[in-house]
Amino acid sequence: MGQYSVHKANLKEVLPDNTLNSRVPQVKVKREIKPCPARHLNEIAKYIIFRDEEKCRMCGTCYKICPKGVHVLKPGYKLFATPKSYKCIGFKCENTDNYCIAKCPNGALRLVENPMMEALGDYRWTSDIILATWKMAETGDVLPEDTDYEYETGASGGGYDRLRLKYPDKPLAEVADDEIDISIDLNKRNDGKPKIRIDVPWYGGGMSYGSVSNVTQLSKVRAATAWNTFSCSGEGGYMERFRPYDDHMITQVATGLFGVREETIQRVPVVEFKYAQGAKPGLGGHLLGSKNTLSVSRMREAVQGIPLFSPFPFHSVYSIEDHMKHIDWIKHVNPRVLISTKVSTPTDVDMVAVGSYFAGTHIIHIDGGYGGTGAAPDIAKKNIAMPLEYAIPKVHSFLVAEHARDSVTLIASGGIRSYFDIAKSIALGADGVVIGTAELVALGCVRCGRCESGRGCPRSIATTDPGLTGKMNIEWGTQRLINLFNAWSMGLKDILKRFGMKKISELCGRTDLLSNLDFTNTR
Amino acid sequence: MPEKYHIETTHMPPRLPRIGKYGIIDWREDCARCHNCVKKACIYDKYREESKFIKSLDSIHTIYFECMGCFSCVQNCTKGLLCLTVNPEYKKLGNEYWTPEIFRTTWLQAETGKVPVSGAGYRGKFYGPGFDSMWTDMSEIVRPTRDGIHGREYISTSVDIGRKPSFLTFTGDKMTSSLSSLLSVPLPVIFDMTSPYHTLPVLEPSIIEAARKTGLIAIIDSKKWHLIKNYDEKYLSHIAFHLNPDSHDIPQEILNKTRLVEIPDSDHIERHINAIRNINPDIVIAIRLPLTPKSVDRSIELAGMNVEVIHLVADQKGNELDSKKPRFIKDMIRDIHGRLIKDEKRDEVTIIAGGGIGLPEHLAKAVICGADLVSINLPLLIALECRLCDSCKPGDYCPAELDKNIDIEYGAGRMTNLMGAWHWQLVEVMGAMGMREARRLRGDVGRAMFYEELQNEIYGPIFST
Repeated sequence: MGQYSVHKANLKEVLPDNTLNSRVPQVKVKREIKPCPARHLNEIAKYIIFRDEEKCRMCGTCYKICPKGVHVLKPGYKLFATPKSYKCIGFKCENTDNYCIAKCPNGALRLVENPMMEALGDYRWTSDIILATWKMAETGDVLPEDTDYEYETGASGGGYDRLRLKYPDKPLAEVADDEIDISIDLNKRNDGKPKIRIDVPWYGGGMSYGSVSNVTQLSKVRAATAWNTFSCSGEGGYMERFRPYDDHMITQVATGLFGVREETIQRVPVVEFKYAQGAKPGLGGHLLGSKNTLSVSRMREAVQGIPLFSPFPFHSVYSIEDHMKHIDWIKHVNPRVLISTKVSTPTDVDMVAVGSYFAGTHIIHIDGGYGGTGAAPDIAKKNIAMPLEYAIPKVHSFLVAEHARDSVTLIASGGIRSYFDIAKSIALGADGVVIGTAELVALGCVRCGRCESGRGCPRSIATTDPGLTGKMNIEWGTQRLINLFNAWSMGLKDILKRFGMKKISELCGRTDLLSNLDFTNTR
Repeated sequence: MPEKYHIETTHMPPRLPRIGKYGIIDWREDCARCHNCVKKACIYDKYREESKFIKSLDSIHTIYFECMGCFSCVQNCTKGLLCLTVNPEYKKLGNEYWTPEIFRTTWLQAETGKVPVSGAGYRGKFYGPGFDSMWTDMSEIVRPTRDGIHGREYISTSVDIGRKPSFLTFTGDKMTSSLSSLLSVPLPVIFDMTSPYHTLPVLEPSIIEAARKTGLIAIIDSKKWHLIKNYDEKYLSHIAFHLNPDSHDIPQEILNKTRLVEIPDSDHIERHINAIRNINPDIVIAIRLPLTPKSVDRSIELAGMNVEVIHLVADQKGNELDSKKPRFIKDMIRDIHGRLIKDEKRDEVTIIAGGGIGLPEHLAKAVICGADLVSINLPLLIALECRLCDSCKPGDYCPAELDKNIDIEYGAGRMTNLMGAWHWQLVEVMGAMGMREARRLRGDVGRAMFYEELQNEIYGPIFST
């Protein structure tokens, strides 16, 4: 694991005794890119090709010229199958020699934009971003140039969607692909704690068992293991099935303390204090009773079927000094651990961040308002706290002014949809990001927002219903995420290459490489 | 233990089929009858429910959309026949300000009385015009209230209507200041008159009943006195008559029993105030002031004339009236609030802001901008399933069937549920801010962030050339 590996280290020096006794062998997951198609019968396509069976003379022209495999004639069949529209690049094909619509001698083919696009996605996660994420999770590759997805920005009209990366006409230096390093340090303090380095500038956000299924959780941590990064348990307890992946787990201490035990704190290299969540700042957590199934209640040591609240705030923390006591408590329980402090984005988020740094945190994790949630009041999602895109430069510049920036890792989360958002976040001043919704979208989420009650997610992701959970398997989920991470890392490296940078850290705080369409220096 | 304000809510299902956001279109001619969609894919059983519902109708007079938009049936249909679209009827609801989303959430709250909760993240625009260009703040670690979710019941949403003297005078132990009447309402909301268009038989009675149930006050046009003249006294403390200077509909003994009246602004405002005071010296008098370019100056002038309450009324979309470049109500409230502070008059006058208040966040934001409370009317109408189609004139067809007999209990119940949900959402927002008192929220712009200011303060130094 980069500079830090528990396998190589002298375990007696870094792990508490009782952890050594109970530690299980750690599992390795191959970082192997394999095609991983969607798990549904019909893929949703941006464009639909209609074939008029009466006009079609079965000449096969379309079949021969289409390089994407849209037109399929199955062996033994006399007629073409329904066109595989999701493979079609749409009207971009018009300018090529492969445009089946124009080439069909009988005018039997018709291309239209799929009317379902209006129903899929929203302003932030547009249908294009969802489909593009699915495509990357399927192939493990960045989108081909001829793809017609608008993936770089959504349609929210602000924040990331008004920021553009300002590439130079020519890179300042020629950089070979294998020279580019996108890994980041999670411990910038010289405090004797492990120097943990993750291979990609992101890790997985906290999703508790209860809010999502154990299949989702395990897929996340297995992909994190393959990519030498982390996934977070969330607040709902630490599943025994996480234990083979302890080295890639972050466990969360939140106000409800559900499933938090000294033993679970001792298992992991990073502990995250969740003071607030961007989707519902100041409101605490709330697992609706219907999702508190028997297995969830056991994990949380609670009564089945009753709603479970994580009250806001920590009733033991009303000052930075109290926060420091919290951190000391965790460091005492697990001497090798790094501390992450997750806060949302109030007006004084910069002060909170600096205070947290002086209290001894290694990672300041600011969570903006557009992130995912199992359940949150709609009024909170839209209205409370500052958008992340403002909070990052505010915190970064204040940490710089306080001479603390080089000693703390700044992580941003809450609405990171793509590697473009990652690059923009880092240019605004973050070291890296935490992702959550993007992982769920890779697993098939359509953002219908029905994760919160009843049987939970109809897509089998954010549910603890046994019947629904069984519709997704861990191998498929793991592969989808490994593929997505590969595509993102390729995309990020390409961005760095265009800037002539060898390390992702060179991009940190480079707001001069961004333009904002609302200001004057657009290109 | 102090008494807690609580609005009793009961489930009030809609009278008409719901207008959902999504709809499934299928082409049954090629259906394989595999029932994947019905039995396996749809975890909500909506296909079965839809079929049951349609069978129960005498005639299929409307499209029924209960789809949750998960695409499961679309993606699992054996023949790939299904298509999920946005319901065109949903898209046609309201207008560019009163969006379909406002209808959806208002109907849900009117039915259940619950705070709308959903999974996944925020899915809307980054910012927008009006109230969508500001965010409320929250308190991260240090919270003045020191309450958690279990202490929120003690957050007070009460506000006062009337004048608060800036100081008291005493001679010896005896107070010599004369105190004006002051009345309190448990939520910073007052129900406003409905438009003359909305001549619906049960509207005013339902609104008054909802005001009684919630402890709030409804402003009723004195011309509609005949609709409620048989009401007993327990209702009078929840009614504020809007008196026209030339109208003498309301008997004096009734005015003697009400706590608040409203009169329109005019050149003879002092004379009108004195006339009412002669009838009831303890009554609180509000001046209704259309929000125009002259309103800022006029508000200061009225405050100088010892007017106790100014009710500023923008158009239905919250915009300034009689202006070529209308400003939004939140900006005008900030102006008026700021000017009143500068003139040391702020605590002597209550500001009610009306027009464009459609959601509970609008309420919180209007108060943060400087209003003491807000007035609403369209949300109450929408609670009764109105679609704001403006087909309210006699003889027009009302698609929400509001012209037919609606039980007053039902109408008031829906409105009460809505207020119950608004109350809890205000508490949520105040809880996040660490505020215990709605009174303290007034004008506390430090508890808010404004788009323009964030752009200038944070992005300005970075992106301005």
